[in-house]
Amino acid sequence: MLTGGLVSAIAARRRTLPGFGLTMGLTLTWLSVIILIPLAGLFLKSLELSPEQFWNILSSRRTLNALRVSFGLAFAAACVNLVMGSIIVWALVRYRFPGRRLFDAIVDVPFALPTAVAGVALTALFAEKGWLGAPLAALGIKVAFTPVGIFVAMIFIGIPFVVRTVQPVLQDLDPEIEEAAGSLGASRWQTIIRVILPSLAPALLTGLALAFARAVGEYGSVIFIAGNLPNVSEIAPLLIVIRLSEFRYADATAIAVVMLVVSFVIIFAVNRLQRWAQSRIPVR
Amino acid sequence: MTIEVRNLVKTFGSFKALDGVDLKVESGELVALLGPSGSGKTTLLRIVAGLDWPDSGEVLINGEDALAQGARERHVGFVFQHYALFRHMTVFENVAFGLRVQPRAVRKDEAAIRARVKELLDLVQLDWLADRYPSQLSGGQRQRIALARALAIEPRILLLDEPFGALDAKVRKELRKWLRSLHHEINVTSIFVTHDQEEALEVANRVVVMDKGRIEQIGSPGDVYESPASAFVHGFIGESIELPVQVEGGVIKLGDRPLRLAADGLAPGASKLFVRRHDMLVGPPGSGAFEGAVQHVRNFGPVQRAEVALSGGETIEIDTPRDKELHAGDSIGLEPRRYRIFAGT
Repeated sequence: MLTGGLVSAIAARRRTLPGFGLTMGLTLTWLSVIILIPLAGLFLKSLELSPEQFWNILSSRRTLNALRVSFGLAFAAACVNLVMGSIIVWALVRYRFPGRRLFDAIVDVPFALPTAVAGVALTALFAEKGWLGAPLAALGIKVAFTPVGIFVAMIFIGIPFVVRTVQPVLQDLDPEIEEAAGSLGASRWQTIIRVILPSLAPALLTGLALAFARAVGEYGSVIFIAGNLPNVSEIAPLLIVIRLSEFRYADATAIAVVMLVVSFVIIFAVNRLQRWAQSRIPVR
Repeated sequence: MTIEVRNLVKTFGSFKALDGVDLKVESGELVALLGPSGSGKTTLLRIVAGLDWPDSGEVLINGEDALAQGARERHVGFVFQHYALFRHMTVFENVAFGLRVQPRAVRKDEAAIRARVKELLDLVQLDWLADRYPSQLSGGQRQRIALARALAIEPRILLLDEPFGALDAKVRKELRKWLRSLHHEINVTSIFVTHDQEEALEVANRVVVMDKGRIEQIGSPGDVYESPASAFVHGFIGESIELPVQVEGGVIKLGDRPLRLAADGLAPGASKLFVRRHDMLVGPPGSGAFEGAVQHVRNFGPVQRAEVALSGGETIEIDTPRDKELHAGDSIGLEPRRYRIFAGT
């Protein structure tokens, strides 16, 4: 009853709030100029190809492998970020330790660092003679110039997306609900699985989607560490650049269109999933 | 089930939340911990529940050392001020939670869990809300669900932390009566924390008045109201007139004016005189222990409340029956029907 009243009050206020026409007009204009028109151009350009040519480009071994590398590794990296990011958030929010603020700030570094710098740094670190590369090489694991390197770079650039989406939600989570679960006889593990994770689910899904989207689109840091071997460690964005440099613009746009559509479908699906999870936790 | 705490001490930094507390709660009692904020009442409750740990002292539940166990093993029902319901679960699942997380060996089967939850929802008269989410309930409904959830595990004792603190006045009154009759029905040893004296006096069998981490008085609601053990209790419970007086050579003085009150057995020195507002009888000037002039009168309910400037300079508020109307400017004499004097300032 209370929420009902509140909702109708907000709705009524919205109608009397001036500026709807102006802001909506600006929103549509801006979205068109910045996002929709360039994307439409992309689709138009790809129309220069006949369906058959389009299909041939996409079904070529090199394209398929590039797409597989990009989407597969981006998803794997996003999953790793989801797990590790959650643990980092937990430590940052729940415990007080010296240097906490510093670590909190360090999380944002991948946001701000030029991706090429990150790529060079990671490559140096994981190269066969690098600080981490040397011990790994001794174990027979090659990171730099292999798909594993791409995976590492994608984890690096994706981590802040998970941390920054989940952190405020965990901060708002009332510690009393954990105490309640404990006094009802739940073990620590049961409390995490049955109470904390479901409460964080919408934020976790959003973080996953953002980290995934970022990793799919990542170019700068990946190309330094990837080795860029066609069919093995060549990402789709790099293949697009290669096609462009060969003046095969239609080929480039065809790959771009596929990336766009697949990314959109995945992100839209995650969004729906997140919406569904959110609907089970209605706002207070 | 009995609850006993012995010499409990708990400090937060330099703040002494509990300063040597002893308390014994008998089986089936409903005890109120009453005190202002910062008096340590919630800390005491949380330590009994296993949500906090004392610096020293003992907690015994049914004679067993409870401090050796965590909250999970103590089998204590705890109700939080802000409900602490699980937002992502329906009312049904909230109540079922304690049953679902039991170790596999003792866990009930699904049919038994359903039957038990239904029974509890009937008990709190909210069975029709089983499929709702907590956000769709009113505050009073949420608190009743929180109580049903706590009772699901068949707790040995029930602890309630300001259970009605977040509710509005009308709902509070309803739930008070409801809690008392519920306790009568299930008869589980219970402690509830409140800063609302009316709530404590109305609901509890026994009231524990706390201040600054210490217990000031333990007694029935009648005891703590009629015979307060200390100046704090007299001032905190019921509405009192409080006057600083001086006891000298068998005479009680307000300022430098002697009062016509017996001072037998009182220690000399600065003291405090307490009179209930309704225990001040109004008479003609010169008829009582005090003299004063009426300054302001407010009429509401069964009494009139008058602000009276005493000739000693103090201003007090009294409640008198409305049959004898007072007016601003009247000179009156006041005679306390009952009063208490506590040494100290």
